[in-house]
Amino acid sequence: MNPKIETKKLNLFYGNFHSLMDISISIPAQSITAIIGPSGCGKSTLLRCFNRMNELIPEVKIEGQILLDGEDIHKPGTNLIRLRRRVGMVFQRPNPFPLSIAENITYGLRVHGTPEGQKPADIVEKSLRGTLLWDEVKDNLNGPALALSAEQQQRLCISRVLAIEPEILLMDEPCSALDPIATDHIEDLMRDLAQKYTIIIVTHNMQQASRVSSYSAFMLMGELIEFGRTSRIFKNPGDTRTESYISGRYG
Amino acid sequence: MRKDKLVAALLQAIALSALAGLMIITVFIFKEGLPLIFRTGLKDFFFSADWEPGKGNFGIMSMIIGSLAVTLGAMLIGGTLGLGMAIVLTQFCPPKLASLIKPTIELLAGIPSVVYGFMGVVTLVPIIRNYLGGPGLSVLAASIVLGIMVLPTVTSISIDALKAVPRSYWEGSVALGATRWQTTHMLMLKAARSGIVAAIILGMGRALGETMAVIMVAGNALEVPGSVLDPVRTLTSNIALEMGYASGEHREALFATGVTLFAVIMIFNTIALSFARRTIRQGRGQ
Ligand SMILES: Nc1ncnc2c1ncn2[C@@H]1O[C@H](COP(=O)(O)OP(=O)(O)OP(=O)(O)O)[C@@H](O)[C@H]1O
Ligand SMILES: [Mg+2]
Repeated sequence: MNPKIETKKLNLFYGNFHSLMDISISIPAQSITAIIGPSGCGKSTLLRCFNRMNELIPEVKIEGQILLDGEDIHKPGTNLIRLRRRVGMVFQRPNPFPLSIAENITYGLRVHGTPEGQKPADIVEKSLRGTLLWDEVKDNLNGPALALSAEQQQRLCISRVLAIEPEILLMDEPCSALDPIATDHIEDLMRDLAQKYTIIIVTHNMQQASRVSSYSAFMLMGELIEFGRTSRIFKNPGDTRTESYISGRYG
Repeated sequence: MRKDKLVAALLQAIALSALAGLMIITVFIFKEGLPLIFRTGLKDFFFSADWEPGKGNFGIMSMIIGSLAVTLGAMLIGGTLGLGMAIVLTQFCPPKLASLIKPTIELLAGIPSVVYGFMGVVTLVPIIRNYLGGPGLSVLAASIVLGIMVLPTVTSISIDALKAVPRSYWEGSVALGATRWQTTHMLMLKAARSGIVAAIILGMGRALGETMAVIMVAGNALEVPGSVLDPVRTLTSNIALEMGYASGEHREALFATGVTLFAVIMIFNTIALSFARRTIRQGRGQ
């Protein structure tokens, strides 16, 4: 197994609050890894370490290593803009910008530049096709993104990230604002995307984790309790705490 | 229970009387001013620069131009500075420092306008006269003084508008790799656009209505200015300068000047209000 991104003895403090404790995890490439655990255990915090979004919060201290393709992302001289291009993020609540649909997709291109020999319009189409949104919006590309339904908005947010060709997709409870049918659609989409991208998803929904992910990580109060193949974790958990969480004994 | 009703009735009466007071003032100004505008003729009143009350000439064009020039200048200076400060304070500066600086800027609004005018006369006017030429008392001097005076309005409303932009937009942009500055100009300013326009228009209303400070530094000459170094008289200055001795038609003409001002400021405020409402609606994601 070749890890796409791994952490070594990662610790994170919000001021004095020790939020992540000695997390060491190796996330395999081109697969879906689910991070599960009760509320407040540090799932979002861990996810936000991978694209260094935690550093935007004052008083955060991070210790340990995070290696992306073997390279430390905290190494001095790391290009943060390039890192965030390689590691894209989809948020819990769909957050399309108050711009047009097309402008949402080209936003990242304006930041990183359009790759040589490609046209923005083609990238818009390709990214929207990638999330199966193209047919629904192709006649309304200049319409406001905020007028779309919640599911369409979330697809747009995924397209927006795909447009800058990331390698990793971080998704923090991407379906929690969606109804079951829309959730189904997004899950299909994720399986599809996992052919190409490394996906890390935070979810509260055990069924979702077992449906979509190949690997699962179970966290509890800032610690990584268990990590392994989803089928194994769900059928035959190695830790009693994992077992009781999965069977619904924790919050 | 009876006491409650009494208090409610009292409050209602107070609210109504405030409203009635406003109505009476409005009606009074229009009643005093409108007839003269029609008697002089719209063209001769608005588009003639001949203001000779003794001879019955009541053209206010030079003052309209004066007001517009000074207001525009004030907005170029105060609008740019105010918006710039709002951007720095909301996007680039640590929140603690920002929460210290914002009230300080708002404090500027409490300084009486004579003080601004006085500072202008003592410091600004001589500098302009010595280094740029002209009498010093000028469009430029008035613009700078007014620009500083509108700073609190523009800054604090722009700050509120930028702060009302949902943080999730900002996070989405930064997560895409955008720098703070890219996020600001590609997203935040657009998302806060209507609030910022409202801030600028309210600032314009303030600049247009300001009187004392302008009288002190604008020179008050009754002519159409040829450059920013020429002195001008604004609509408000004209009323304040001549009201003391005006009578008859002259007095009516000053009220007519007031009607003009009133109309312009009402238009400004209506536009500002409609933009402000739009921002609130956008903030709720509708
Ligand atoms: N900005 C912050 N400042 C201080 N403490 C924080 C901050 N963000 C999170 N925490 C704390 O860190 C811990 C982990 O938070 P995190 O958001 O990562 O949990 P989570 O597992 O994602 O929870 P949920 O399932 O509710 O989203 C929580 O106890 C939380 O209170
Ligand atoms: Mg979370």
